[in-house]
Amino acid sequence: MTTRPIVSEPAENLCEVTFDSKLEKRIADTLKQYPTPRAALLPVLWLCQDRYGWISPGVMRAVAQRLGENPAHVEGVVTFYTMFRTRPPASYVLQVCRTLSCAMCGGKELAEHLTTKLGVGFGERTPDGLFELHAVECLGACGSAPVVQINDDYYESMTPEKIDAVLETLTRKA
Amino acid sequence: MDSILLRARGTPDSQSLTTYLAAGGYNAWEKVLQMTPEAVMNEVTLSELRGRGGAGFPTGRKWSFIPKDHPGPRYLVCNADESEPGTFKDRELIEHDPHLVVEGIAIAAYAIKAATAYVYIRGEFGRWATILGKAIADAKKKGYLGKGILGSGYNLEIVVHRGAGAYICGEETALIESIEGKRGFPRLKPPFPAIAGLFGKPTIVNNVETLACLPHIINRGAKWFASIGRPRNTGPKLFCVSGHVQRPGVVELPLGVSFREIIFDHCGGIRDGHTLKAFFPGGSSAPIMTADQVDVRADFDACAEAGSMLGSGGVIVLDDSVDIVEAAANLARFYAHESCGQCTPCREGADWAMDILERILAGHGREGDLDQILRICTYASNGMTICPLGDAFSMPLSSMVKKLSGEFERRIAAASRLPQKKKPVLPWSGPLPGFGQ
Ligand SMILES: Cc1cc2nc3c(=O)[nH]c(=O)nc-3n(C[C@H](O)[C@H](O)[C@H](O)COP(=O)(O)O)c2cc1C
Ligand code: SF4
Ligand code: FES
Repeated sequence: MTTRPIVSEPAENLCEVTFDSKLEKRIADTLKQYPTPRAALLPVLWLCQDRYGWISPGVMRAVAQRLGENPAHVEGVVTFYTMFRTRPPASYVLQVCRTLSCAMCGGKELAEHLTTKLGVGFGERTPDGLFELHAVECLGACGSAPVVQINDDYYESMTPEKIDAVLETLTRKA
Repeated sequence: MDSILLRARGTPDSQSLTTYLAAGGYNAWEKVLQMTPEAVMNEVTLSELRGRGGAGFPTGRKWSFIPKDHPGPRYLVCNADESEPGTFKDRELIEHDPHLVVEGIAIAAYAIKAATAYVYIRGEFGRWATILGKAIADAKKKGYLGKGILGSGYNLEIVVHRGAGAYICGEETALIESIEGKRGFPRLKPPFPAIAGLFGKPTIVNNVETLACLPHIINRGAKWFASIGRPRNTGPKLFCVSGHVQRPGVVELPLGVSFREIIFDHCGGIRDGHTLKAFFPGGSSAPIMTADQVDVRADFDACAEAGSMLGSGGVIVLDDSVDIVEAAANLARFYAHESCGQCTPCREGADWAMDILERILAGHGREGDLDQILRICTYASNGMTICPLGDAFSMPLSSMVKKLSGEFERRIAAASRLPQKKKPVLPWSGPLPGFGQ
């Protein structure tokens, strides 16, 4: 079951969140695409996560208010889906696929390589806040195993050398 | 066979509307708008198209379950969740030919008289959601979607709805719950979605590949489609081949070719120096097949006869280097992670099977473990759970344990005992004072 606890948050996240007018407009437009406000919940949470990088308790409450929802329902939804982040992410979130096709085709070695290279375990981040490492289930790209998703991008047919080059580019960009 | 579904793969700029139109795109849609919805449904029924999402249910028949006299809105949902391990064909279709998918959605929506269609795409596919969104916007600008399409009285809006990471949302009723803004908890059936689905209205859920067949059926006729493949198993199929083959990837072949052709002729065979041990014919939820079954035909009926299923067409190939116990533990972990948790046999069963398999893998297997796994699988399948995820983990696990039992048994025979004195995990798991123990 994909439920995770919401970690304790700094006080300011618990305060009221004010959306800028651009986000308010996009939320209003999204609401028009569905016959019930509740159905707009996932797309609206995506809008917020794209805007802030994660979904804080304050954002959950603000979203609930826009949709006329109970905040508990919003929290239930946020914690059910693995992709909604309930704490601020590192600059780059690395998701290594660990399911069968990837695991058989170099995914295990790749995962080990990444933990040593970054010096962190799964679910952890580097002290500089640049990288965060996660093991995830099948990413739907098994033909080009092993696969790593970094933020929104897929990196396929990875090898330790190739991923090193990717990480180097990302570090330079950051 | 020439490529049909993947004909745009390799064409430059194949995502653009201009390229699609130049190749005869939206001709089928224009033709459909001159037909009655019943005639469209009839054509699809005659083609004998069967759903490519997993169950292989005849598409025309599924559509016919929509109540004829229902006054309110109906919905079409395109299932682009692509979450079954070993499956990666829908992404290929969206990447190379997004307008083919859009045209297919439009045709299906017209046939069931829906004015709104949703595409449910897995959250990780953000880039492909954008590609589809652009295709929809471009088609709308040209008047192929929207209000009063091409001068007809028909209106259609297509909305792309992104999931957010949950295998279970590929199951059609969990998917519907997810669009409604809830957690992805599958619903008890009946009622089936065709009667009461999205927002309580009649709803059809079809897979991307199923929908991508529709423009071709309309353009070239049901007879032509039915002439490809084998009786009752008609049309082209995308096979996703992953694992230990020389050239993994998506290959398009008529239904009914053998797995030998798929693996050896089209994917270059097994890696050098290795031999085929086993393969999953239709995604990780299908019962495993061993090397001696490689001549089985890859179609719905032949796979069922052979005790497995064609499922999504995800062929996962395992060579002789694979440790079956490890593979089983890997899959058990996947399903334990993805169970939504509503039903005890699935939630506890998948977890329990994972624990046992991991213990065998760690060298602490016990006599009776395999029977226990098979018992767990029996209790989690055959209608004991709300949705088929219980079956989805039971089928691969029980088939691996049964068909490749030797590997499990060798592990267990060589196992050492777990240290006897384990610290009680729960305060009440030790002997309770005053209860006569
Ligand atoms: C656990 C589970 C996961 C599923 N995942 C998918 C999926 O990712 N994509 C899909 O098209 N169908 C999936 N299905 C099948 C759908 O429920 C549904 O049958 C299918 O989308 C119907 O489309 P079709 O008639 O075109 O085959 C899944 C079913 C189950 C039980
Ligand atoms: S079978 Fe499993 S996934 Fe399906 S509803 Fe029950 S607990 Fe959820
Ligand atoms: S198993 Fe890794 S992408 Fe499917």
